[in-house]
Amino acid sequence: MAIDWQAFWLTLQLATAVSVILLMLGLPIAWWIAFSGWRWKFLVEAVVALPIVLPPTVLGFYVLVALGPRSPLGRWWIALTGHTLAFTFAGLVIGSILYSLPFAVQPFAASFASVDRKLIAASATLGASPLRTFFRVVAPLSVPGLITGTALSFAHTMGEFGVVLMVGGNIPGVTRTVSIDIFDRVQSSDYAAANQTALLLLAFCFVVLAVVYSVNRKAWLLGPIK
Amino acid sequence: MSGSPSDERTTGTVSSPVSVQDKIAVALLDVAFRKRFAAPSQEFVLEAEFRAGPGFTILFGPSGAGKTTLLDCVAGLAKPDSGRIAIGDRVLFDAAPGIDVPVSKRSVGYVFQSLSLFPHLTVEKNVQYGLAHFPQVERTTRGSAVLQAFRIAHLAKRYPREISGGESQRTALARTLVTDPAVLLLDEPLAALDAPTKAKIIDDLRQWNQDHRIPILHVTHSREEVFALGERVIVLDAGRIVSQGTPHEVMEAPQQETVAQLLGFENIFDAIVETVSPQRGTMACRVAGDGGPVLLETPLVRGGVGSTLRVGIRAGDILLATAPPVGLSARNVIPGRITSLEQRDVIVSARVKCRVEMEVHLTLAARDSLQLAPGREVWLVIKTHSCFLMRR
Repeated sequence: MAIDWQAFWLTLQLATAVSVILLMLGLPIAWWIAFSGWRWKFLVEAVVALPIVLPPTVLGFYVLVALGPRSPLGRWWIALTGHTLAFTFAGLVIGSILYSLPFAVQPFAASFASVDRKLIAASATLGASPLRTFFRVVAPLSVPGLITGTALSFAHTMGEFGVVLMVGGNIPGVTRTVSIDIFDRVQSSDYAAANQTALLLLAFCFVVLAVVYSVNRKAWLLGPIK
Repeated sequence: MSGSPSDERTTGTVSSPVSVQDKIAVALLDVAFRKRFAAPSQEFVLEAEFRAGPGFTILFGPSGAGKTTLLDCVAGLAKPDSGRIAIGDRVLFDAAPGIDVPVSKRSVGYVFQSLSLFPHLTVEKNVQYGLAHFPQVERTTRGSAVLQAFRIAHLAKRYPREISGGESQRTALARTLVTDPAVLLLDEPLAALDAPTKAKIIDDLRQWNQDHRIPILHVTHSREEVFALGERVIVLDAGRIVSQGTPHEVMEAPQQETVAQLLGFENIFDAIVETVSPQRGTMACRVAGDGGPVLLETPLVRGGVGSTLRVGIRAGDILLATAPPVGLSARNVIPGRITSLEQRDVIVSARVKCRVEMEVHLTLAARDSLQLAPGREVWLVIKTHSCFLMRR
């Protein structure tokens, strides 16, 4: 009876990979949501928000199907690597990205949208391209939102269970995350070990969030919005 | 631009435009377009057609007249429905062939009323923002030259939240002017400043204008700015150009009632010339009212006895006395009675019935010390030269 450090380490890797990828992937999506004038934009917003309300098993089921050998994506991956995406770490990352997408995109988009439009206009009249305006004006003024979105997607992935179980199963060192480890121990009535791991996860997530919010508070104080 | 002539020479050399822009710099701004725009109360069609040469062209008019929309169209922040905008032979917008140059490529400098300094960048970095296409060394030299010229070099390392309104103003102007725009748009950037600070900055702008000679469109509500800066005034009302010319032509002899109202004549009356005194330079005009006419002594204008014209009197130009005044130089003393008093912000607007109804503006202190109230008998005192005459 001890803490499964392998599962813990794996979960950390997963959460880090997911939040880093979401930071890159979420920026253009959030930019588009914040600034597009397309009339059907709300449909895209609804799709992005779906993972918040869907049961993780539903999302996990469709991800599993999409990654499987019968889908174009699955076949392409098999042709490329020789094995299926399901029940691999890469598959887990893809599932988790979808699962945590709204937790990154929504804070990003909200903070982009709150940047004074006049500053964006001023940047353009000073000759800056939209890309330069984004990196020199919009992103720096959205730092609190970027921190919040990245932290939320990290923490959300740390604690994810349903999608992981559906897409990854329970392969030690490959897809066995902390939450699955805890579930497993409860199933085998090892409550003491489950308690230890659960407590560790709880403490870890609390510390991460506390650090993030404290940094964020400073960012708010340093970066005057308005 | 700055205090010493040597500074000016430095600025002139350092920030002089490259050869392509030199050609643009002397070009005229040609504007002829239509755009629908939503004013707070109703929808207007903005119809702008004018040509602006080097120097200040003032856009004057009430809020919602379309002044900012006009500037936005020139800058590319708004898109006209039809028409053409060009600087010399460089077309910025032309609806027919579908030309619409992006904002960032127009070389149109724009200083907003909100100034919109980047809050996360120092004054220095704000000013260098538009110089991204230059190497770092040149960015620094150009940046510090313009900081010098606008007398804000000592603020280089400060953030916008740490500087005053006038300093923010200078920073915003410096940030735009350092890019050597082909056209400059100023949307009431001086509105929030106190008079002395404003006067200094207007002085600097005039200086800069003499060195650069590019078309400058300047939106303002302030008469002082019109006379201090304007070589040419365009009066906009409800999306239309209702008058244009030199400040004196437009402001001193408004030709149309809309213009008069824009200029703050709260009191406008139809009048008939009763007598003229060419040797005194005055005449008497009869304004019809309830229970008999009111006679006003006004400055002399062309048109003989019996001609009809319109008299405009600003509410702030009328004095109010609670007893019949004596020993005054003012020629028009009219008895009447207060019908209503209304406080608007820090002024009091009094309506006085004296056969005709006049609006008079007072300070709060004046209302209180004279103990004015509706029903009170008063005498209105109006100087001859406070009566502005317009054609009918």
